[in-house]
Amino acid sequence: MKKPVRLRNGSLVGLDQIEVFTNEEFYSLAADHFAEGLRLLAYFAMNVSHEKHLFMLLADDENGQVEILRSKTKSHMLSLADKIPAVVWFEREMHEQYGIEFAGNHWLKPVRFSSAPERKGLPGVTDYFSVEGSDVHEVAVGPVHAGIIEPGHFRFQCHGEKVLHLEIELGYQHRGLEKMLFGAPYKNSRWLVETIAGDTSVGHATAYAINVENLAGFKVTAEAEIIRAVALELERLANHTGDLGALAGDVGFLPTASYCGRIRGELLNLTGLICGNRFGRGLVCPGGTGWNIPTGLKEELLKRMQTIEKDLIGAVELLWNNAGVMARFDDTGILPKEDAIAVGMVGLAARACGCGIDSRTTHSYGAWQRFKPVISTERSGDVFARASVRWKEIKESFRLIREMLKSRDGFSGEASVEIGELRPDNFAVSLVEGWRGEICHVAITDVNGKFRYYKIIDPSFHNWFGLALVLRNEEISDFPLCNKSFNLSYCGHDL
Amino acid sequence: MKNMIFMLFVLLLAPIMPGIINKVKAFFAGKKGLPVMQLYFDIFRLLRKKSNYSKTTTWLTRIAPHSVFAATVFLCLLIPFAGKESVVSFNADFILAVYLLALVRFFLIMAAIDAGSSFEGMGASREAFYGALAEPAFFSGLLALIFATGNLGFSDVFNGVTPSLWLQYPAPLALVVCCWFIVLLVENSRIPFDDPNTHLELTMIHEVMILDYSGKDLAMLEYSAALKLTVFASLLVNLLLPWQFASSLMAAAVFTFGLLLLAVVIGVIESTFARLRLIQIPKVLLGSGALGIIALVIMLSGK
Repeated sequence: MKKPVRLRNGSLVGLDQIEVFTNEEFYSLAADHFAEGLRLLAYFAMNVSHEKHLFMLLADDENGQVEILRSKTKSHMLSLADKIPAVVWFEREMHEQYGIEFAGNHWLKPVRFSSAPERKGLPGVTDYFSVEGSDVHEVAVGPVHAGIIEPGHFRFQCHGEKVLHLEIELGYQHRGLEKMLFGAPYKNSRWLVETIAGDTSVGHATAYAINVENLAGFKVTAEAEIIRAVALELERLANHTGDLGALAGDVGFLPTASYCGRIRGELLNLTGLICGNRFGRGLVCPGGTGWNIPTGLKEELLKRMQTIEKDLIGAVELLWNNAGVMARFDDTGILPKEDAIAVGMVGLAARACGCGIDSRTTHSYGAWQRFKPVISTERSGDVFARASVRWKEIKESFRLIREMLKSRDGFSGEASVEIGELRPDNFAVSLVEGWRGEICHVAITDVNGKFRYYKIIDPSFHNWFGLALVLRNEEISDFPLCNKSFNLSYCGHDL
Repeated sequence: MKNMIFMLFVLLLAPIMPGIINKVKAFFAGKKGLPVMQLYFDIFRLLRKKSNYSKTTTWLTRIAPHSVFAATVFLCLLIPFAGKESVVSFNADFILAVYLLALVRFFLIMAAIDAGSSFEGMGASREAFYGALAEPAFFSGLLALIFATGNLGFSDVFNGVTPSLWLQYPAPLALVVCCWFIVLLVENSRIPFDDPNTHLELTMIHEVMILDYSGKDLAMLEYSAALKLTVFASLLVNLLLPWQFASSLMAAAVFTFGLLLLAVVIGVIESTFARLRLIQIPKVLLGSGALGIIALVIMLSGK
């Protein structure tokens, strides 16, 4: 049999060089390679001259490669859900976008309620999986929540306090972002990708920039790569800090909750110092970065980081030293490693189950090839593990930022460089380890060097499934804590 | 007359208790916090507002706040405050007191179920379950006290708690204090059993039951909750401050100081403890009931 194409993170391949397999070959290759330990990155359909082609991207974390499987579609396809549970969400997405039927997937509900031809319903107005019997009751939460968070609907099937099944219904924030990028790069595209998930601006902007540079055959300077990496780590620091505080708040442990809230602000301010925006908007652009880190700023960042780190250690130590908090975190919301692998969990939620996936290391790119992060993992897969991985990563991020900043006197972002036209008919993939997990962007150009297709996969798209699994047989009162321990993005999923 | 004045004073004082707890919590969180008098402001604000009712509710929702308020105030007549004399007292009046508390719980639960929301239904179910466990725990502590003092009736029991009784039964009385303190935290939805400040409906017990209330009704419920807290705190203060004072002014001052100090202690506990998982609460409640029984057993064994 022909061999599938393999790419490295941040590289590209001609569209015509991607082997087209028959449906049967496609199914068996996908199932076999998944069983061998490859991980589902993306699975989508694209129109190629009046035909729809399926593309499946599998990550080989051992060799740092991305495998591309391609096949033509018929109107009726087989579902791979029984072999690769992680495809369920992707098959639902394709069914919604293109009306492709996947025989064997019995739950082909829309994921976003976009303008699919036969589905014109409002988000949330749909059938739900339901359990019947005496003492079984249903609890519906959202889409409007008590806190200031994004909209999402959670439907619990409970027996007393015990959750039998949780169905998560999203799509309320669908903006059609991918479609807005068809025909790009436009002038506003770099700003658009920063809004994919507002708390991951740097992550998504970097993934986009890598694809564009790659397609243009442009090499970014090492200094700009370091600025991007520093910004990515600052984003990670701020979000992890906020999450540890929020976890403390959810179990009613006030001191850490309040201190972390303040310290998160201080960390956002560091990003603000670099680019004038606390969420890193406008910092990363194709060709480099919009802002520099001159010597003076570098010293200021290092100086402020020292105080912040000291405060943060004090605040978080309170959490680890409180027996009540630990009792609450331990054994709550356990996700076994097998389940995590099956549903394709990524990022810190996967690392908390013992999966050593971190695209900064396993699919190393940019500054990470020089400054290697240690992959932080835990084994228990519970709320404690997810909190602990966050804390380990915070410490690692402080170390990395220091090391990177100290490697030179100052850093220039080279924003004004013209990167040139994109190569036509090419297929580019970039993986960036955002704070939540692996961000995967796939860009495919048409004959004019414009995007024929742009696929965005926020880590949340993989991980919502994991949250639903975690709640099975868990107490319903533990849902807010479990949810917080994942802290997934609604808009990143809804696009 | 004196006891009546004390009771009215406690009725006035009640809303300051949550205020102090919140201030202590704010201090631990490094915040300035709400004013100590915030609950007074809230109650006055709510009293000027109209109550809104959902169309799906019945008369139960409308009468519940009044019933809760009336039952709680009536309860205060039976509780000995400063000076250890209640306004009304008779033999075995504590049974009426406990059933007034049960009445409060009953109306809250009925109103919560009446609202027809799945959140409130869950809250009602939790309240019923934990209430059923908190009641025997409270009784077990009381039983030990009744045995120690040989009196029936709140006023007589607390008048019987003297410094010499503490010297006679130090360990059993300390156990009763622990038992009642746990009951106080559970009955008044404090951390580690419930979080009065959370916004997460799925984890709430008390707060979720009154989610649908607004205006005057909410004011009554908030006030009743503060009063209930004060009642439980008063019982503990009476137990912990066994001295008798010749001057009733002195007695009132010491009693008030005791109440405020207890509020600070509750605040410290709320700031330094995390919430328990809900499934652990019954175990703690059973444990607190056991404390009362152990106290009784120690006294029965003659020590």
